[in-house]
Amino acid sequence: MTASRPRKSYDGVVLAVPVAVPYERYSIESAHWWIGRALRTLADGAGISHREFDGFAVSSFTMGPDAAIALTQHFGLTPRWLDHLPMGGASGIVSIRRAARAVQAGDVNIVACVAADTNQVDTFRKTLASFSRFAQDASYPYGAGGPNASFALIARAYMDRYGATREDFGKLCVAQRDNALRYPHALMKKPLTLEQYMSARPIAEPFHLFDCVMPCAGAEAFLVMREETAVSLGLPFVRLLSAIERHNAFPDDAVQTRGGWVMDRDELYGMASLTPDDIDFVQTYDDYPVISMMQFEDLGFCGKGEGPDFVRQHTFTIDGSFPHNTSGGQLSVGQAGAAGGHLGIVEAMRQLLGAAGGTQVADVKVGLVSGFGMINYDRGLASAAAILARQSA
Amino acid sequence: MSVDILETLAGSLASGDIRVVDLTHTLSPDFPIIVMPPELGQPAPFRMERISRYDAGGPAWYWNNLSFGEHTGTHFDAPIHWYTGRDLPLNSVDTLPPTDMIARACVIDCSRESVGNADFLLTVADVMVWEEQHGQIPPRSWVLLRTDWSKRNGAAYANLLADGAHTPGPNSEVMQWLVTERDILGFGTETIGTDAGQAGHFSPPYPAHHYLHGAGRYGLQCLANLDQLPATGAMIFAAPLKIQGGSGSPLRVLALVQSRSTV
Amino acid sequence: MTRPLAKPLRKNPLSRTKVPLLPPSARSRKAQGLTLAAATGRFMLQCCAECGTYAYPPRDACPRCLSAALPFVDAPTGGTLLSKTSVEVTSDPYFREHMPWRVGLVQLDCGPSVVTHLHGDCAGTGSRVTLSLQLDKSGQAVFFAKPVSETPHMEDDPQWREMTADPKYRRMLITDGRSPMALALAAALKKAGASTIYVGIANRWKPFDGQLQLEAIDGVEIVDLDLTSERSVQDLAADIGAKVEVLINTADHVRPAHLFDAGAANTARDTMDHTVMGLLRLAQSFGPVMRARGADGVAAAAWLNILSVHALSSDPQFGVHSAAHAACLSLSQWLRTQLRPGGVRVINAFAGPLDTEWFQTVPPPKVAPKTLADAIVDGLKRGLEDIYVGDVAKDLYARLLDNQKAVEREAEQ
Repeated sequence: MTASRPRKSYDGVVLAVPVAVPYERYSIESAHWWIGRALRTLADGAGISHREFDGFAVSSFTMGPDAAIALTQHFGLTPRWLDHLPMGGASGIVSIRRAARAVQAGDVNIVACVAADTNQVDTFRKTLASFSRFAQDASYPYGAGGPNASFALIARAYMDRYGATREDFGKLCVAQRDNALRYPHALMKKPLTLEQYMSARPIAEPFHLFDCVMPCAGAEAFLVMREETAVSLGLPFVRLLSAIERHNAFPDDAVQTRGGWVMDRDELYGMASLTPDDIDFVQTYDDYPVISMMQFEDLGFCGKGEGPDFVRQHTFTIDGSFPHNTSGGQLSVGQAGAAGGHLGIVEAMRQLLGAAGGTQVADVKVGLVSGFGMINYDRGLASAAAILARQSA
Repeated sequence: MSVDILETLAGSLASGDIRVVDLTHTLSPDFPIIVMPPELGQPAPFRMERISRYDAGGPAWYWNNLSFGEHTGTHFDAPIHWYTGRDLPLNSVDTLPPTDMIARACVIDCSRESVGNADFLLTVADVMVWEEQHGQIPPRSWVLLRTDWSKRNGAAYANLLADGAHTPGPNSEVMQWLVTERDILGFGTETIGTDAGQAGHFSPPYPAHHYLHGAGRYGLQCLANLDQLPATGAMIFAAPLKIQGGSGSPLRVLALVQSRSTV
Repeated sequence: MTRPLAKPLRKNPLSRTKVPLLPPSARSRKAQGLTLAAATGRFMLQCCAECGTYAYPPRDACPRCLSAALPFVDAPTGGTLLSKTSVEVTSDPYFREHMPWRVGLVQLDCGPSVVTHLHGDCAGTGSRVTLSLQLDKSGQAVFFAKPVSETPHMEDDPQWREMTADPKYRRMLITDGRSPMALALAAALKKAGASTIYVGIANRWKPFDGQLQLEAIDGVEIVDLDLTSERSVQDLAADIGAKVEVLINTADHVRPAHLFDAGAANTARDTMDHTVMGLLRLAQSFGPVMRARGADGVAAAAWLNILSVHALSSDPQFGVHSAAHAACLSLSQWLRTQLRPGGVRVINAFAGPLDTEWFQTVPPPKVAPKTLADAIVDGLKRGLEDIYVGDVAKDLYARLLDNQKAVEREAEQ
C-alpha cells in the first residue's frame, strides 16, 4: 500500500440537533413517512424551515422504489448536495465523512443526515430474500437464517478461537438493558437478567433470543454544518474530531474475526490526538454482542482475542467503568433498519450536549461511535468509526 | 312387389318374427389384434383419445378421436388385401359392389372339435358331412366357421405360444374347393384371421387369404355369437366403411334370423 | 449420529396432505454454473484462467486480477470446517418446516470459504469434511458437507434426503416390464430398499416370458399398463397414482428404419406413440398426483426417464429412435418445469446402445441392463438430474460439449 499523506483535519465541522423519532414495532406507514417526521423534527430543532437544508443524505432499506432524488420532490427540498448511503449500520458515519468535506469546502451549508425504515409484518423476510447477489446465491438458500445465521457462524468461530462464552455476551446485553430502562423511547421495557439471557430460546446457535435485535420502524437524524453556521443559528453543537471508514477489509481472512477499523484506527486516534484511554463512552454497532466485543478489540481498547477478558474486567452501564451503548443500543432500543447505525451517533450527540436525560453519563468530553454492516455473504463488509467531542474542551 | 317385401320385413322386425343378431365384438383398446414379426409394419390397435366430455375442451359435448388399423377388431377383408387379388377390378372396400354386402350365410359348427384342439382345421370332408345334413352350400353365400372361439378372452383368445398363434381355421384344400366348387361369396371366422393360427406353414401360406382374395371374394373375422345363428338361412349385413383404396375395415356385422328357426 | 429412517406407517386417510414448499430459488446467471455441475454429480468452481484463483460466490470478474476468464472447472472437494450453526428460527416457509437446520462455514482446500448445508454427523470446528454440489428441492445447486469417512445410516440424514431421491422405503413404478432393463432394474431397486415395485405390462394377451422372474422379486406387483392407450394409463393412475414415489419410465421401441423406406412413417408413428406420446400420457395421468405429494410422508420424489444418448444427436443407424428420444428429451424438460413446484425431480438417464436384441448389430461397448440399473439407483441416491451411463454416452456428451457439428459429421461415417 502506498503511504498516504496526512489527512486534512475536520476542524470547524460540527454536528447539531440530534433527533430520534420514537420507534414502533410495526408501522403501516411507509419509510417516507418516517423520513418526513425526522426532517420536520430537525427543522423544528434548528429553528429553520427544512427548505434551508441545502444538503441531504439518506439511508433506508424500505424507501423503494424511490432513490434519494425522488425524496427531494416528495419533501420539498432543493438541495445542492445529495447523497444516498446504502451501507447499513456504517451509513451514519460515512454520511458524516461526506458531509464534513462538503461543508468544509463550502459546497453546502446545512446537511440533513437521515436514516429511517418502516417495518411491516413481511418487511424483514422480503429484505432478507433479496439482500444482495451473494446472499441470494450463496447464503440465503442455506436455511434462510438471514444475518442471525451468518453471524452465528462468525460467533461460533470467534468463541472457539478466543474462548468467549455466552455469559460474556450476556453481560453486555444485560448492561445495555439496564441503560435502556432509562431511555424512554427504548422498545424493550423489561429488565433482563443473565439467567434470562442464558435460558432464552435458541435462534441460531450460539445465538439465543436476546442476542438478536428487534427489527422495528423508526428514524434517527442530525445536521452537519460549519461551526459558524451553528453559532449563527444559536444551536449547541458537537465537534467532529476524526472519522474513518473501510470496506471489505481483510478479504483473505477465512472467517471474519476483525473488521476494517483495524486498518485505520491509528488515523482515527491520530487525527483526534487522542488514545483509547481518553474516550469517555463508546457506542458500538451492536447487531450482535459478539460484534461489539470485536469492536472493543479493533478500536484499540484491548488486543485481538482479549475481548472476553476485557468484558469480564469492566462494567458497561452508564455508571460503569466503560460506559457502552448508553441508551441501550439496538439490542434494547430496537433496530429501525438503516437507522441502527445512526442511533449511536444521535445518542453520542445527546451525551456530549448534556441532553441525554436519564441515560446521561457524568462529565463526558469525548465519545467514540462505531458503525458496521452489510453482511453481503459471510461477513460484514462496511465499517466506520468517528470520535466526537463536546463543544467546549 | 318389392315394396310389399320390405314392408313385410319391417313388420317382422317389429314383431320379432325376424331377430337381429349382432355378430360384432365391441371395439375396445384391449381387444387382441394380429401381431406381425417385429421387423414388419404393425397394424394399429384400437385407440380412443378424448377430445372433450362436457368440460373445458367442449362444454356441452362429448366426443373422441379414434385410431385403428383396417384390420382391427371385427373386420372385413377386401380382395386387394392379398397379393393374389391385387389386379382384380372392384377389389377395394370403396369399389366392391354393395349388393355383395347383403348375403345369406351357412354356419358350419365345429365348436366341439375346437374345444380340445386349438389347431383344428376344417376339411372338405367336414363340409361334405355338413352338406349331407343341411344341403349344398348355395352359390354366393357366406360360409362362417363356428368354433365358439369368441367366448374366450385375452391371452386365451389370441393363444400365442412359442411358435406363434394356435387358433382353428380352414386347411388349404377346403379353401380352394369352397371357392372353385361352391362359388362362396366369402369366409368368416371367430378368430383373428380367416386363416388358422399356424397357416403360415401351409401350402400356399395363408390359403384362405390366398384363394378368397385371389378370386375376388371376401373375409370376415373376429365374429361373435355365431352360436345364435341357424345352420342355414341367416341373412348377413356386412358393409365395410367406404375407405378410399381401403383393404378392409372394422364394421358392424348383423344377421337377420327367422325366430322359428332353431340352431 | 444419524437416526436410521423408520419404515413409514400407513397414512391416516383422513389427514390433510402437506403442500410441498420450495427453498429460496433465485440465483444469478453465473451461479447456474454450479447447477450444471450438480446435475451431473460434479464438483466445480470458478477458477481464474489468468491467475489460478478459485472464486466463490460466483461472480463476473476475478477478485484478484479482474480477469473476466472465470470458467467453472472441476475442483478438489476437501475442506476444513470453520464454524457451524443450527438455524432454529426462519421466516422462510420451506425451511420453517425443517427446523433445526444445520449450516456450516467451510474453508475449501482450494481457497474460498463456502456456506454449506451440513450433514448431522459432521464433527466440530477444525474437522475435515468432503463437499459435493447437490440440487435442492427448488432444483438449484447448493453445497453439502459430509464427514470424510462414512458413518452409519449416512443416507438417512434428513437434510441429505431433501437433496436426493433415495429408493429406500419408497414405492416405484417401472412403466414397461417388457423392457430388457426391467428385471435388473427391479432387482437393483429392491436391493436399494424400495418397498413396492409396480411393473407395468401392456397387452397381457401377448406372452410375457419375464413374468415369473419379475414376480420372484419380493415387492414386485405386475399391473396392466399400455402407454399407447390413454385409457390404460388413466386407469392405472386412478388405482396407484397416489402410491408412486418414484416413476421410472423404461418405455422404448427400437426398430430398424431407413428414412426413404416406404414403411418408415408407420414405424416412426409406432415408435412415437410408444415413447413420446407414452411419456405425454404418463405425464398427464401421474404428473399432477405426484406433484401434489412432494411433501407427503416419505414423499413423491422423482420421475426418471431412460433415454438414448442419441436424443442429443441423431444416430443415422437408428434415426427414428433418435428422433423419438429427442422429442422425449424436450418433453421431459417441460415435465421438469411442471413437477418443480412439487419438489419432484425429473431425471434423465442417457445411455448409449443397450446390450439388448434390437442393438445386436452395434459393436461394443454397449450398456448391460445391470449397469444401467446400478447407474439409475446411484443417480437417485445422489439426487442427480442428468446421468450418462456407459462409455458411449459419456464420450458422446463430452464431444457434444466440445463441438456438436463434429459429432453430426462423425455420426455419418
